[in-house]
Amino acid sequence: MASDTSSKAQETRPSFVEESLYEVHKKVHPRAVSGIFATWRWALVWITQLIYYGLCWLPWNGRQAVLFDLVERKFYIFGLVFWPQDVIFLAILLIISAYSLFLFTAVGGRLWCGYACPQTVYTEIFTWIEQKIEGERNARIKLDAAPMNARKFWLRSAKYGSWTLLAFWTGFTFVGYFTPIKTVWESLWSFSLGPWETFWMLFYGAFTYLFAGHMREQVCKHMCPYARFQGVMFDPDTLTITYDSERGEPRGARKKGVDPQSIAKGDCVDCGICVQVCPTGIDIRDGLQYECIGCAACIDACDQVMEKMDYPKGLIRYSTEHAIESHWGWKEIISHVARPRVIVYSTILAAICLAFVWGVATKASLRVDVIRDRATLAREVEDGLIENVYRLHVINVSEAPHRYAVSVSGLPGIDMVGDRIIEIPAAGAKSFAVQVRVPPDSGKKGSNQIFFDVKSLADEKVAVHEKASFLQP
Amino acid sequence: MSDFVSGFWNFYVISIVLLSVIGCAVLLWMQSSARHVEGETTGHVWDEDLQEFSNPLPSWWRWLFYITIVFSLFYLAMYPGLGTYQGQFGWSSTGQYDGEMKKADDQYGPIFKKFQGQDIRAVAANSEAKEMGQRLFLTYCSQCHGSDAKGARGFPNLTDNDWLFGGAPEQIKESIQKGRDAMMPAKGVKPDLNGDQIKDLAAYVRSLSGLASDSIRAQRGKELFGPACSACHGPDGKGMVGVAPNLTDKVWLYSSSEDTIIETITKGRVNRMPAFGEFLGDAKVHLLTAYVYGLDTGAKGASEHKEQEAKKEQEEKKEHGEKKEHGEKK
Repeated sequence: MASDTSSKAQETRPSFVEESLYEVHKKVHPRAVSGIFATWRWALVWITQLIYYGLCWLPWNGRQAVLFDLVERKFYIFGLVFWPQDVIFLAILLIISAYSLFLFTAVGGRLWCGYACPQTVYTEIFTWIEQKIEGERNARIKLDAAPMNARKFWLRSAKYGSWTLLAFWTGFTFVGYFTPIKTVWESLWSFSLGPWETFWMLFYGAFTYLFAGHMREQVCKHMCPYARFQGVMFDPDTLTITYDSERGEPRGARKKGVDPQSIAKGDCVDCGICVQVCPTGIDIRDGLQYECIGCAACIDACDQVMEKMDYPKGLIRYSTEHAIESHWGWKEIISHVARPRVIVYSTILAAICLAFVWGVATKASLRVDVIRDRATLAREVEDGLIENVYRLHVINVSEAPHRYAVSVSGLPGIDMVGDRIIEIPAAGAKSFAVQVRVPPDSGKKGSNQIFFDVKSLADEKVAVHEKASFLQP
Repeated sequence: MSDFVSGFWNFYVISIVLLSVIGCAVLLWMQSSARHVEGETTGHVWDEDLQEFSNPLPSWWRWLFYITIVFSLFYLAMYPGLGTYQGQFGWSSTGQYDGEMKKADDQYGPIFKKFQGQDIRAVAANSEAKEMGQRLFLTYCSQCHGSDAKGARGFPNLTDNDWLFGGAPEQIKESIQKGRDAMMPAKGVKPDLNGDQIKDLAAYVRSLSGLASDSIRAQRGKELFGPACSACHGPDGKGMVGVAPNLTDKVWLYSSSEDTIIETITKGRVNRMPAFGEFLGDAKVHLLTAYVYGLDTGAKGASEHKEQEAKKEQEEKKEHGEKKEHGEKK
């Protein structure tokens, strides 16, 4: 839209052509492609989707291994149980995701878009179904143009039917991460699914269908914010999918095996296959465009053509602006990876990842909140002792019931009245009052730091040392 | 929206809303046949060469606009939005609130109502009711009476045997339901008390519960107590349930220090427990009454409780020799 390259493209067009304010959507029928990057793309489709469709069926200790129980507000990931208080981990995870995106984009361009984004992955799967049912690119274009007849009706029904099934399964799987999937499965067949489960299943399914089946590149071009701030994440050393115009131009058709120099032409044979395979329907030879999702389909396609022509591969390749300008090889490109922004991103990312791993690994299975009573600052009780009241909120985050010993320390002569041994069921919580007493001459006037110790009787390591303040009037 | 003063504003709002919606639709319809020159820019330039092209919108985007208009018409037909028109769904914010309250009541009501028919004493003995009562207490009562229900300065202790307004189940229930107001007039019923006399009275009041006091002042205070205080606190200072607190026990709502007692006599006291009956409903009040009543029974069996505590303490002390030392010091 507003980049240098598109303005260049605009300049080449005649400037007086009038057009509508609305652009009619032309369906992009990408031609199937094979090659190293296509293999990578499919590998990622398999990895991400095996995890997505499969993980929710995995059992763990008599429950679903990964389950986000919104009603109970407990989030299970294998052996870990997260509570709403652990939202910091979610925040850190999002920060990690953001920095990974920055880092990968700075180094390798739109790797996320091209290989791992659900929009790409589902489009890939839906296009594959489309191709299996309706045939290759040319057959599909022909079918689109053909009038409705029995064959077209049958093909369309088969395609939409398969898409619907897959989309529905996707929605079903999505809900299965929030309500145990076996329950969802059973209530699906007994028509007793709750209203929210039904809504989210249909909503998620419908949008999978719409986005992967019909909207496709429109989502990337007009809905995705990520595409729009590429400009600030790229620099002249970022790997992007680049057409080597110096080598390719002037383009033109020729017979196989003709030396391009002998006919005063570049290496590009202008076969147009790079355009045909493009899932967003652009011509990479126009330069870097915001529509390019970096899927590298054109690289695979062009390499095949170059091979047939006996020309060296890589007319379209992963390269950088600097590399193209200065005719760098991979050595120079790699030596330019370590630039300040990449180093800063990597350092921050590594630090946050370490913090995350450390935080999760040392996540306590016991949580204690000490809440001081506000109405009662301090009061005098029998024998002239000074008493402060606290409410202890003890959460047993583990999946086994525990008995805990409660004690208090921090001031001379400090002691407590209240339950010294408490029992809390698995993943349960208890709130109770504790009165702490000290002699009137203990500690200083005003606030004194004291400590509550809650220790599991079964496992000494499960203990919390929580500070609180004791008010001496 | 019955709060319009005149019918004009109703009409005014309806016209603005409908004109806006129709205006949007007309604009959209006009734009669908409009044309512009390809490659035109808006003329805006940022960062030296960043320009904004007026490129065409994807046409499905236009349908989103139309859907929005259709939705708004549906919304205006179903929900209040056109002046005083209430909409076909008859929705209102108070209606929604009432509905949600009713739903919650249907869901949680039975849990609370389970105990409503039972006698307070029976409920107080039920461990499940006790836990529920404690949760209610921590939510609604602990802000003033403390998490342990032992009160604070100005907020009565609910675990002892001293009840300002009576400790029978019915009386506790009444306190929670209707609240309580208490007022001690300044200088009792003898407004001509002077500062020295008040000091005498304070000394006497302290002596009533065996606290250290100037015996000469206390003697003088005793004579003043009759005319100034006994109307409410009784001739012997033992007070009256619902009227005035007992001054002879060791329970002090506002501290037993001489200064505080002087302040109380000089300025009087006004205190209030708010009414919770309407806010909490009968079922919850019933549970809370039982819980508070149960706290008192705890105090009744306090001697037994104390023995246990003492035993525990001794055990603790054995474990921590240090603590024992401190304990002896005091």
